[in-house]
Amino acid sequence: MQTNPLADGTNQTGSYSKIFQSDFKNPKTPNAILVLKDGSHFLGGQIGAVKEILGELVFNTSMVGYQEALTDPSYAGQILTFCYPLIGNYATNLDDAESEKVHVRAAVVRENCESGKFYHFKAKLGLSEYLKENDVPGISGVDTRSIVRKVRESGVMPSILSPLEPNLSEKQLQEKISELKSKISGFDYGSVNFVSEVSIKQKKIFSPKKIDKKVALIDCGVKLNIIRELNLRNIEATAFPYDISANTILKGDFDGVLISNGPGDPALMKETISTTKKLIQSLPTLGICLGHQLIAHALGGTTYKLKFGHRGSNHAVLNPETGKIYITTQNHGYAAKDIPQNLAQTLFINCNDKTNEGIRHKTLPVISAQFHPEGSNGPKDANFLFDEFLKMMK
Amino acid sequence: MLIWRKFDYSGTQCCKALKEEGIDIILVNSNPATIQTDFEFADRIYIEPLTVETITRIIEIEKPQAVIATMAGQTGLNLATKLKSTFQLHGVAVLGTSIETIELAEDREKFAQLMEKINEPIPKSMRATNLEDAKKALSLLGLPLIVRADFALGGAGSSIVRLEENFISAVETALNSSGTSSCLIEKSVEGLSELEYEVIRDSNDNCITICNMENIDPMGVHTGESIVVAPSQTLTDKEYHMLRAAAIRVIRALDVRGACNIQFALDQQNGKYYIIEVNPRTSRSSALASKATGYPIAWVSTKIALGYQLHEIPNKITGKSAAFEPALDYCVVKMPKWPFDKLYSQKILGTQMKSTGEVMAIGRTFEEALQKAIHSLELKQKIEFDFTSQTAIEKSLLPNELRLFAIKDILRQKMLTVDEISRISKIHKWFIAKIDGIVAMESQIEKIDVTNSKTAPILLEAKRMGFSDNQISFKSALSNDAISHFKARNSIAPTYKMVDTCSGEFEALTPYYYSTFEQEDESHLLRGSSKKKVVILGSGPIRIGQGIEFDYCTVHAVLALKELGYESIIINSNPETVSTDFDVSSKLYFEPLTAENVLDVIKKEGEIEGVVVQFGGQTSVNLSIPLENNGVKILGTSVASIDASQNRKKFKALMGRLKIPLVESGVAFSKEEALEIARSISYPLLIRPSYVLGGRAMEIVYTEKQLLKKIDEAIFISGSYAIIMDRFLEDAVEVDVDALSDGEKVKLAGIMEQIEEAGIHSGDSSCVTPAIGFSDIAIKKIRDYTKRILLELQIIGLANIQMAIKGDDVYVLEVNPRASRTVPYLSKAMGVPIAKIASALQVGKKLTDYFDSFEKELIPKHGYFAVKSPVFPFIKFRDVDPILSPEMKSTGEVMGIAKTFEEAYLKAQLAAGNKFGSTVFLGSCGKWKKILADKFKKAGIQIFDSDKISEKDALLMVKQNKISFLIDGIKGSAKSEEEIRPTEAIRKSAVQFRLPVISSYFAALKIADSLEKTKGRNGKLFAPVALNELA
Repeated sequence: MQTNPLADGTNQTGSYSKIFQSDFKNPKTPNAILVLKDGSHFLGGQIGAVKEILGELVFNTSMVGYQEALTDPSYAGQILTFCYPLIGNYATNLDDAESEKVHVRAAVVRENCESGKFYHFKAKLGLSEYLKENDVPGISGVDTRSIVRKVRESGVMPSILSPLEPNLSEKQLQEKISELKSKISGFDYGSVNFVSEVSIKQKKIFSPKKIDKKVALIDCGVKLNIIRELNLRNIEATAFPYDISANTILKGDFDGVLISNGPGDPALMKETISTTKKLIQSLPTLGICLGHQLIAHALGGTTYKLKFGHRGSNHAVLNPETGKIYITTQNHGYAAKDIPQNLAQTLFINCNDKTNEGIRHKTLPVISAQFHPEGSNGPKDANFLFDEFLKMMK
Repeated sequence: MLIWRKFDYSGTQCCKALKEEGIDIILVNSNPATIQTDFEFADRIYIEPLTVETITRIIEIEKPQAVIATMAGQTGLNLATKLKSTFQLHGVAVLGTSIETIELAEDREKFAQLMEKINEPIPKSMRATNLEDAKKALSLLGLPLIVRADFALGGAGSSIVRLEENFISAVETALNSSGTSSCLIEKSVEGLSELEYEVIRDSNDNCITICNMENIDPMGVHTGESIVVAPSQTLTDKEYHMLRAAAIRVIRALDVRGACNIQFALDQQNGKYYIIEVNPRTSRSSALASKATGYPIAWVSTKIALGYQLHEIPNKITGKSAAFEPALDYCVVKMPKWPFDKLYSQKILGTQMKSTGEVMAIGRTFEEALQKAIHSLELKQKIEFDFTSQTAIEKSLLPNELRLFAIKDILRQKMLTVDEISRISKIHKWFIAKIDGIVAMESQIEKIDVTNSKTAPILLEAKRMGFSDNQISFKSALSNDAISHFKARNSIAPTYKMVDTCSGEFEALTPYYYSTFEQEDESHLLRGSSKKKVVILGSGPIRIGQGIEFDYCTVHAVLALKELGYESIIINSNPETVSTDFDVSSKLYFEPLTAENVLDVIKKEGEIEGVVVQFGGQTSVNLSIPLENNGVKILGTSVASIDASQNRKKFKALMGRLKIPLVESGVAFSKEEALEIARSISYPLLIRPSYVLGGRAMEIVYTEKQLLKKIDEAIFISGSYAIIMDRFLEDAVEVDVDALSDGEKVKLAGIMEQIEEAGIHSGDSSCVTPAIGFSDIAIKKIRDYTKRILLELQIIGLANIQMAIKGDDVYVLEVNPRASRTVPYLSKAMGVPIAKIASALQVGKKLTDYFDSFEKELIPKHGYFAVKSPVFPFIKFRDVDPILSPEMKSTGEVMGIAKTFEEAYLKAQLAAGNKFGSTVFLGSCGKWKKILADKFKKAGIQIFDSDKISEKDALLMVKQNKISFLIDGIKGSAKSEEEIRPTEAIRKSAVQFRLPVISSYFAALKIADSLEKTKGRNGKLFAPVALNELA
């Protein structure tokens, strides 16, 4: 860990705890509070649903694509802080969701920037309304950069977002904070199998107009754009629940398997790992994000939790063979390591922290990426991986 | 390595990147006021005209192995394409983006073909090299059309044609402005949203985008004229990445190596886009993107030119890799600074760039960034609109310099809705709605009650929207003091956040901050540092009278104080500067240069040694009084002395005490007083409003009638009745003196003799050092007066004195207790770092530490002459008469160095774009026409006399290149204004054809002399001189 020569530990706390306004145009007393495990708290304005929620506090650095992020199933169990301070500018629409609902447990923003009037030609619902419709709470008006710095220093941590009765006395506020703090200790993100919550319950087929290839999709919480990228290449995707047996897929006359992204600790997913082990022997396989981590386990590697993960759409990965870099979208809290080198070569490494970002099996038609080649939100610089996948199936 | 340049910021970054690799740098630039032309940054330096001939000779002398052409703006690209065969001949490798790529991006037809090939949409267009082609294009494409000149700087010669009757003249202008006499006629996409992306590509085809920017002013307004926000605010992820992906496809197809800017038009009704243009170089936009993100674009692209790949280059801010795309967690707004206060032109904005500079502001909300940008502009005039008719309202919403303020006013008075304003102005509703929010807050502010702490949240919210205390005071009728106390009682104080390229994801090492009102403050005091701290104020936006020269001085102050062991803290608001590079100072605050913002930073920093105000031009000098009133120590010259030199009454008394002659003068507070003073001093008179910079609204009047007319204008501009009236010395020569003092001794850093006669602003005059035309007695007086004035005022550091010389008589005109715009020029001419010495003096160093003798002024070594010449923006202001006056109009300067005055002068003129051929048009020259005709005849120049040629014929000759330059518009008598009017159209036309127009009698004489003395020496003229010889 680098130390900052500028730091002297004298963080000055500004005006905020004394007076506060939540909504941008109507100063009023705070009506929502976010309490972090480290004891710090942030007062703000309620947006979305009015409810109390626990979750793992994470941040995302993307400047656009809040709707995609909110609906990304990989965020299940997490409270998402947006680094970019203006969220809601273009409202939400019918095209940009990455799943059928909002998956974050709560949204934390500096400014809820929707004005109630929609200025984008596709806009349908404002941010707060959208959250409310999905029964997801949020908080606005908080110093999100301060939250980001805390998470960067202390790592992702359980936190709680709660509505707050207005006009509390200082004493009442302190009592509320201790009450919320005591609830935080009961939450352990790493012990929950979130995939079982977000995975499809019954098989579902996504067909393009013209079908060249058929792929079994093990849905651990797939983003719709992965399916769109497949369909674009005339690949039909049949989504299966994460706990589908390998045999069902092997009997299904598929040309390949895609193991999708999803939330949580991959080490918990013993059955999907053993399914993966069997499938990669017989079918061309593409793993994305969690799918990559599961393949790593299947090959005898392991995964570990990163301090604060990679969440954003500006992460460069390097192909060490070609010297090519790709700017990628990332959303993962765990990373793969110790993948046996005799089985797989490293296809990509992260330019910043040198973590593994993808592998190619040395003998089998298997590739996987820790990042999101489908972008959305974010760039699609590496979506050639879908072409590679198609090639492997020929 | 050979480089030449224009943008100081990118050039300096480039030099740093090369030096780190141990590469010897040969730098060519015509502008002395640049940091890159210092020996700290380059090894061999030439301040020479940027012409093919000069560069070719330098290549022959220096034999460089390689050249970088993409760091010098449009000038650099044009030169590079013309030098292509020279490079080949001398085996000079072109690093970074190739000349073929430059040609491909610049040639709109080839570019269009390429875009068609890779299926990227562009507006339909046709090329024309003559009127026939142009008419064909008109009938095929239909109006509205954009006519763009090929290979032209800053959109010069381009315009939008909405009416058929304007078409032909637009085409003619474009053809004349074009470096290749060709233009592109293009279907207009006026009114669509304009988006820009900054892209970097390395030799291994790796592409990243550094920043996207959204122009608030839609298509049709040059991006340099637009209010720009970064990142984009109205785009969805899909739209953002659709454009990003297109940008990368285009840059790949062009094979760019290094930095590149690409502009799009986006139809926000349906999400369709068009590619507008690509600049395969560092540009104004890339400088902005660098400062907005913290990503050093020029430095990285230089490394790429040297062959590095992106992932091999470190991110200097986070210590991670340069292969990433910056993520912003703030909003940036850029606003242009226009010179309409000096160039009385139509204030209509279009595809022509008229602004001289820009400001940038950072905030956590759009409102905050926008309002901080407005504060940074240092606007003085009260803006009022006449909204009595619907037409007036609608007109105020068309592109013009005050549009933003008109929108506010219209919303304030509820004359139109957000939707209506957007429909007329074509500005995206999101922005108008945000401005509406600011207006709504204004009425909240009225409710602030300093006795009721329950209204504190309103004040905090106002601060979070970027309202200044002055604004709040104005709206709430509370005093600034009352607001300050209320803020303090309720703990409302700015917090400082870091610009770190990564939204806080990684720990950053950059000491680059902006203020906002949030919970956590990140600007920590430098840990364990026992160094003393000094705050240095920058000069804000580049404007007429306060140019890049002041940034040069600011950077020198930083370097000098660093060397002396101080921590230097910079406050500035101008993104186009070296001083706002995060690695120049110990700490950078990107803030408006207002008393409130500066005092907040000083409060934050705690114990400081003091504030340096001498190098930021009038902007920082003006801040010295409010700073001192708040208990801040001003380093160097005392505020009392500053006041004594600026306050006419005190100054007059001082000169009286010293028995130094001043020109007779008076201050009038009414018309009656003015007339009385005029009678006692007698005409002609030089009149101006008090406390102004750059000769604003300065005029010479010869009669009472003229005086009364001008008084009315002056009152209008200054908003007060104080008018300063000086006797105007006809035919006198002015002199500029820059001098250093430590309070005990004085060293004259140079005596600069103006070429143009008194009455033409010194900033618009050429000047030469050493002086060539003064008597020994006059020179002695100049030295004596300078020393006595500086000692009497106890100047610590630099001061600039202007005097008028008539024979042996010397009159002091004014004293500026600060570094002047001539400091960089003198520093280069003398090989002495004048600004550095001045800063050292301000923290206690003595002049004897630097100089042995004090009697005489510095002069260039080895008998060289150094001439400074101004550069004018007239070509962009077609309706402005290109004559010189007491009102400053130049926007830059160049320098010529040679062994004789004549050669140095012609060199400087050439560098300024004035090439004197073999034919001259003698227009309105008053009583001097005969003398001038004889002089030019003697120099072998063919003469066309306006008395013998009709206006129609003269215009034709200008157009047909039969006239090489003009001597025209020379004033000098009571009737002068009427006298010079008949040839005005010819002068204006000549400017559009890039012909030199000389409106000074003295300058015309010197030109004739110089041409005569250098006659027949064309082959040997203009031998390049390396500054190393003068060092």
